[in-house]
Amino acid sequence: MGPQFEWCFRCVRRVRTLKPCSVDAVRTLKHETENALRFNGSTRQRFKGLEASCHTKVTLNFLTLPSALRQAAKSMKSAKFAPKILATMLLVGVTATASAQMMINGAGATFPYPIYSKWFDEYAKVDPSVRFNYQSIGSGGGQKQILAQTVDFGASDGPMSDENLGKAPGKILHIPTVAGAVVLTYNLAGNPSLKLDGDTIAGIYLGQIKKWNDSKLAALNPGAKLPDQDIVVVHRSDGSGTTFIFTDYLSKVSSEWKQKAGNNTSVNWPAGIGGKGNEGVSGQVKQTPGAIGYVELIYAIQNKMPYAEVKNSAGQFMKATIDSVTAALATAEIPDDFRFSMTNAPGKDAYPICGATWLLVYEQQKDPAKGKKLVEFLKWAAKDGEKMAKDLDYAPLPETVQERVLKRIDDIKM
Amino acid sequence: MEIATAPASKAFGPPVSPRSVAQAMARPSRFGDKAFEWLTFAMALTVAVLVVLIGWELWHGSVLAIKKFGFHFLVTSTWDPVADQFGALPFIYGTLVSSLIALLIAVPLGIATAAYLTELAPLWIRQPLVSLIEMLAAIPSVILGLWGIFVMIPWLRDYPFAWLKRLFGWTPLFGGPIYGPCMLAGGIIIAVMILPIITSVSREILRSVPDLQREAAYGLGATRWEATRIAVLSYAKKGLFGAVILGLGRALGETMAVTMVIGNTPQIVASLFQPGYTLASVLANEFTEATTDIYLQALFEIGLVLFGITILVNLLAQLLLRTIATTSATRAVQ
Repeated sequence: MGPQFEWCFRCVRRVRTLKPCSVDAVRTLKHETENALRFNGSTRQRFKGLEASCHTKVTLNFLTLPSALRQAAKSMKSAKFAPKILATMLLVGVTATASAQMMINGAGATFPYPIYSKWFDEYAKVDPSVRFNYQSIGSGGGQKQILAQTVDFGASDGPMSDENLGKAPGKILHIPTVAGAVVLTYNLAGNPSLKLDGDTIAGIYLGQIKKWNDSKLAALNPGAKLPDQDIVVVHRSDGSGTTFIFTDYLSKVSSEWKQKAGNNTSVNWPAGIGGKGNEGVSGQVKQTPGAIGYVELIYAIQNKMPYAEVKNSAGQFMKATIDSVTAALATAEIPDDFRFSMTNAPGKDAYPICGATWLLVYEQQKDPAKGKKLVEFLKWAAKDGEKMAKDLDYAPLPETVQERVLKRIDDIKM
Repeated sequence: MEIATAPASKAFGPPVSPRSVAQAMARPSRFGDKAFEWLTFAMALTVAVLVVLIGWELWHGSVLAIKKFGFHFLVTSTWDPVADQFGALPFIYGTLVSSLIALLIAVPLGIATAAYLTELAPLWIRQPLVSLIEMLAAIPSVILGLWGIFVMIPWLRDYPFAWLKRLFGWTPLFGGPIYGPCMLAGGIIIAVMILPIITSVSREILRSVPDLQREAAYGLGATRWEATRIAVLSYAKKGLFGAVILGLGRALGETMAVTMVIGNTPQIVASLFQPGYTLASVLANEFTEATTDIYLQALFEIGLVLFGITILVNLLAQLLLRTIATTSATRAVQ
């Protein structure tokens, strides 16, 4: 074995050892000898101080890379590793076959994520040759990615604007899947049931109705004892489809709202404080006496929060339920491109603040094989997938709409 | 083995002739050193390139908004995604004010804790306390945020805030109704988050103050407080300032926990009981759902502004740390 080099940990200088030795003291002293030899005269003087403070302990076995490699090579040679290597090779082989499965990528809305992932799971049993990868990055991200063609399908809680559709390299189809409601939850002593209409909700969110015992609220709730308490308005601070649905409703029922705030995934709120996410809004409402906020129906049900009945356009006070949302879907006016808004629907049993969610796909598919599989999945979702909606507290599409959707899916060309 | 048993002093003993040295050992190759140097240089360069790329990318992503709003972006306060009107002033204001509140709370607390840990605390209590403080840094910010909503805010609202309002309600700083989520709550949660870094950096700095300093002060008849103040704190003040700047750098960028307690309302009001908004929060809130181009560009510009403020603060910190590079205090920071 030839000369070996090691490192002094403290002065970062190489130490030469003539034969490998595990006794630290030996190396230390050799190191000192070497330095003493190398730095003669003035150089030696200069380094003397350094040397004196150094080499107290040199334990650097882990830095002796060459010997470690040699050792590894030796152990690789020994036969007992052979089965392991074989197993590794096998594993690599298995993953290679797995990736030969077709992967369909999607991205977008967070609201329908629970039901979409359930669908992907169930569909794997129907057609094991397809796998789905869905990233719930938000509707804005979903629209952007389908425009950039980085995903096979997008998902959005609001229909795409004409401006965005104009930027697309091909025609994008909107496929509605399920719908959900947005409810107004509140924190009042004694949890009285509360009735609201469009006018009062807009008034509260515009900051014009400031007290719970305001005459407008009292007129809607003749039996209830409403306190002389400030209304603390809570809204979503993050951009969300929930806000889109809520402001869409307010813009329809109040011209003042439309003019002052308008309709978007987030708006310039005239009043109130912002909470992040459904949990932020409900947390704020739960913690603040006299607060009111809007959250998704699913969230209110799961957290056992009280929510108000809202007067629909037929004059009925409706509690948000899956049935009253489906009723709204059935009576909403749905154009051929499926870019519809279902808030304030005319039906007698319809809950007024709700909205659908869409999958976005190109009419002309680039990859025929993938396009075929995607169409098969969409058809399965529109037929069998819809049946799972209720269990997850989503409102399924009514049958008339379902048929129209299936017809539209047939338009997809490969 | 003879060498091994020889006393260390002998290594410098009688001079050995240079000739025999040359024979004994050829000068080792410098290849490893060079390779190591280039490798680390490449790594360091990667970081620098990354920072420049981020800056360029932010600029590139916001160029439309910069063209459209120009300087007005920095000085107007309307944030209206529906009408495509964007001004960042309330966010800049909120970021600076909430960070300032955080520093006002965390700096005295952090430095006092550090002084106690290095100067006064009995030895057996030091290590447990240090571990506890460092554990505070390990709490995920979203957990802190939820704790903020469900525990801190109701308590703050019912006791300290109500008390502040009774005493100082006549000043504009504590006027108006108390909702709970507000600028002050945001500042307090940031203070909790930057406390560990300020404390541990300060502690390292105070620890590196030479004992000679203390001994000299005691020798002159100083009391414990005087010795700490004159010999330790004033000796380490530059280093402590560096610790504060590090804390500020973190405070500016804190996002999730702040978003959950600050109220998210873009407005500039004197009262600390009113909700505010920070640059980092608006990014976290609105980036995922921004659909129009100009909206997204405005958010990119928010990112650029935050990037600029953070870089400015970090440069300041670098500069400060360099000026004290000669003192032993810096060893701890680096």
